[in-house]
Amino acid sequence: MPQFDPAVWSPQLVWLAITFVVMYLLMSRVALPRIGHILEERETRIARNLEKAESLKKQADEAVAAYEQRMADARARAQEALRQARDDAAEDAARRHAELSERLSERISAGEARIAEAEREAIASIRDIAIDVAAGAAQKLLGGRVDRKGVTAATDAALGEAG
Amino acid sequence: MANPLDQFVIKTIVPITVGDVDASFTNSSLFMVIAVAAVTVFLTRTVRDRQLVPGRWQSIAELMYQFVGNMVRDNVGSSGKPYFPFIFSLFMFILMGNLLGMIPYSFTFTSHIAVTLGMALMVFIGTTVVAFAKHGVKFFGFFLPHGTPWYIAPVLVPIEVLSYFTRPVSLSLRLFANLTAGHTLLKVFAGFIFAMGLAGVVPLAASVALTGLEFLLAILQAYVFAVLSCIYLHDALHMH
Repeated sequence: MPQFDPAVWSPQLVWLAITFVVMYLLMSRVALPRIGHILEERETRIARNLEKAESLKKQADEAVAAYEQRMADARARAQEALRQARDDAAEDAARRHAELSERLSERISAGEARIAEAEREAIASIRDIAIDVAAGAAQKLLGGRVDRKGVTAATDAALGEAG
Repeated sequence: MANPLDQFVIKTIVPITVGDVDASFTNSSLFMVIAVAAVTVFLTRTVRDRQLVPGRWQSIAELMYQFVGNMVRDNVGSSGKPYFPFIFSLFMFILMGNLLGMIPYSFTFTSHIAVTLGMALMVFIGTTVVAFAKHGVKFFGFFLPHGTPWYIAPVLVPIEVLSYFTRPVSLSLRLFANLTAGHTLLKVFAGFIFAMGLAGVVPLAASVALTGLEFLLAILQAYVFAVLSCIYLHDALHMH
């Protein structure tokens, strides 16, 4: 076998040493740092992007929370305004209702007073007529003078009986 | 029929002698240079665009990096980080050597015991130096694990020493034997194809199947060599 010929060992060992040293230098100085740098760069890039995504997500969450807070505030304010308006309207209605009923009762009592007056006047005029009629009738029936005072008393008594 | 071992013959391209040492540029040297150039070009060209989302080729380069990186981290631990470029170079050098050997008419430098033993000794001496630098004389405790009863020590210590020193031998022989046997077998079967006439389809089918197996072995052996180097390095750094 050619492998066991010691004459060919030394050139192989010499060139193994030369080529391997060159190989080691090329790998450790050129090739490996380049690839390692690319891998490192990718790793940091991914980590940075993940970090950024996380912070953006946090911002979005905060924005959503703020929006919800403001919505709740606005809803509460609207509720309050609505309640206020309802209370105002009810109060106004009550007030106007009271005013109206007062005015009406005033007019009712005034009307009642006028009716009572008219009644009294009517009754008074009925009495005068009744006295005249009674006096006239008595004169015609009895002839002669009729005591006006007696007729009035008798009429009143009759009216009192009737009334 | 051509000798199936002819593929392993070292042919001198440029004769060089430094002092008494024969440092000729041979076909083996040529493929070592090609392997280094191919690995370097591949790893630098594919990541030239530095894409954030890697394309097909950049993915392969990144995959290689992470594959060996994980191998070092899993087998050596975080303290193995400074040795990552060494393990990576070793893995890629052997892998490219094995794969270049699969090209017809090429030369497989990993099928030579001189090369595999050279690399294994590099790992062996390197890890031993690292162990001494880290643990000093306490390194000798490696040969006598904690909690061993004293009366077993005379038996255990020679065994541990022997197993430690056979590491480079097994490491180099495994790679050398696998590559040599595989490539020889391929050549033998290929030689039968024309010799057997029409019945040559049988060795042809065997050759095709063996080629697939050889590709698997090319990758697997590079992986085994690198993993074992990682384990030896782990022993050197952490002592068992």
